Amino acid sequence: MDLLNALVALLNFVIVPAVAYGSQLALGALGVTLIYGILRFSNFAHGDTMAFGAMATILVTWWLQGLGVSLGPLPTALLALPFGIAFTALLVLVTDRLVYRFYREQKAAPVILVIVSMGVMFITNGLVRFIIGVDDQQFDDGARFLISARDFKEMTGLQEGLAVKSTAMLTVVVAIIVVVALFWFLNRTRTGKSMRAFSDNEDLALLSGIDPERVVRITWIIVAALATIAGALYGLDKGFKPFTYFQLLLPIFAAAIVGGLGSPLGAIAGGFVIAFSEVTITYAWKKVVGYVVPWWEPEGLVQLLSTDYKFAVSFAILVIVLLFRPTGLFKGKSV
Amino acid sequence: MSLPFLIGEQMTGGYGRGADILHVCTIAVDEGQIAVIVGPNGAGKSTAMKAVFGMLNLREGSVRLDGEDITHLSPQDRVAKGMAFVPQTSNIFTSMTVEENLEMGAFLRRDDIRGTMAQVYDLFPILKEKRRQAAGELSGGQRQQVAVGRALMTRPRVLMLDEPTAGVSPIVMDELFDRIIEVARSGISILMVEQNARQALAIADKGYVLVQGANAFTDTGKALLADPEVRQSFLGG
Repeated sequence: MDLLNALVALLNFVIVPAVAYGSQLALGALGVTLIYGILRFSNFAHGDTMAFGAMATILVTWWLQGLGVSLGPLPTALLALPFGIAFTALLVLVTDRLVYRFYREQKAAPVILVIVSMGVMFITNGLVRFIIGVDDQQFDDGARFLISARDFKEMTGLQEGLAVKSTAMLTVVVAIIVVVALFWFLNRTRTGKSMRAFSDNEDLALLSGIDPERVVRITWIIVAALATIAGALYGLDKGFKPFTYFQLLLPIFAAAIVGGLGSPLGAIAGGFVIAFSEVTITYAWKKVVGYVVPWWEPEGLVQLLSTDYKFAVSFAILVIVLLFRPTGLFKGKSV
Repeated sequence: MSLPFLIGEQMTGGYGRGADILHVCTIAVDEGQIAVIVGPNGAGKSTAMKAVFGMLNLREGSVRLDGEDITHLSPQDRVAKGMAFVPQTSNIFTSMTVEENLEMGAFLRRDDIRGTMAQVYDLFPILKEKRRQAAGELSGGQRQQVAVGRALMTRPRVLMLDEPTAGVSPIVMDELFDRIIEVARSGISILMVEQNARQALAIADKGYVLVQGANAFTDTGKALLADPEVRQSFLGG
């Protein structure tokens, strides 16, 4: 019984939150890795692209809510997502046209593009705060919990409760659908294959008649979709605040690099590696330890690192990976 | 003599704004024939080929394909006109399967490519066996077959090969040359740069010996092999 309680506590406080967070990071890292693979630079504006996507989704959600549209138990934001994606796609395509294309034509070094993307990051960040303000915004509606802690306790008779937020579940389901669709697109369609070919060997792709500007455009649209979905899901799950997306940049890049930059599969694996490390290292294990080894009464919370330092986890993993395996788990490009 | 199918005539030029590498150099190939460019290191062999394919700016001279002046076309446009080019290195998509490499070769085509793919597999049976494998996992000789196969997927009229046998064993080299002859017999003209001058000239209808970016000797492959001066200077006696 105690072991079961330990397992439920573990599920409730570690595994469920880490899976949801990992899905959000994976979606973010996929966007970063696609840009790196095709446009060959690290896009520091990605976090704020997510913020913009989330913001656009929120505005449309409010409009839909005002019209009285509802999805029942599901959040209305799901209906707003396609609109959010469209606005974000427009933003990144216009940015590419006005900013990145100029540097592409100059054949600027990747490090210059990184700095350029930082400029874009500041502008996007300002734009988001200008439009929606700097405060927290709530936009989730529908059912709050899939299973609430109390129901679970009554159902099982266990001491520990398991609460699964519907947004966490939604995050995972949407992430799976998006990833499957993305891999189908990259591996099965002519356009997707031409993107992989362009990422693999740009010169040979040109010799094969693949139009680079078309590949770049499609990449931006996909990245806008990924960023909007990741941003909106993160906002639904944890509340929307423009500045948090800037802070998400570090774990997202850590995820992309741990997995191997340029490798979509690696981005997903990296997202979960980072999420699980962050959650397990900052979780206070006292409760779980209490169930598993009842005779041992630990003095502290059995917490390796305070949650205030959660970003240190991504940073440490990033440093370790760059030192010992710079190409990442899935043999991406070294940085 | 009839007009050659593809000719780069009196080409002078170099990369970017750099010094000229080619000096009034002429390279041509007739329909369904094999032309080979040989010469010492740094003679501009690969450069001459790239010039024919439009990868560097010509200051003088012209390139004509089937009588049409294509001097100012980009390499991509030349692919659409029926020229195919196999670079010396990075000539395959390593992370993609053999079959996807062939599909990408046919990217410009909107018609059914299965027939052409079957022909490529007939030419290189080993590729059919490994069609689901990532091309980067294949041996050097097999990679070259993928590279040639990819180029053939556009159904080109001219196939240009930049040192197709670089870094493969002598047995694989003979095998590749046999396949290249087969391709030429199917009516596709071949223009090829080769390090292994002796073997390459043996299968060449036409041979060009370049020295410092200019034509030194031009004749049939057989005649060049028999020429004592060419043998002395370029073929090691």
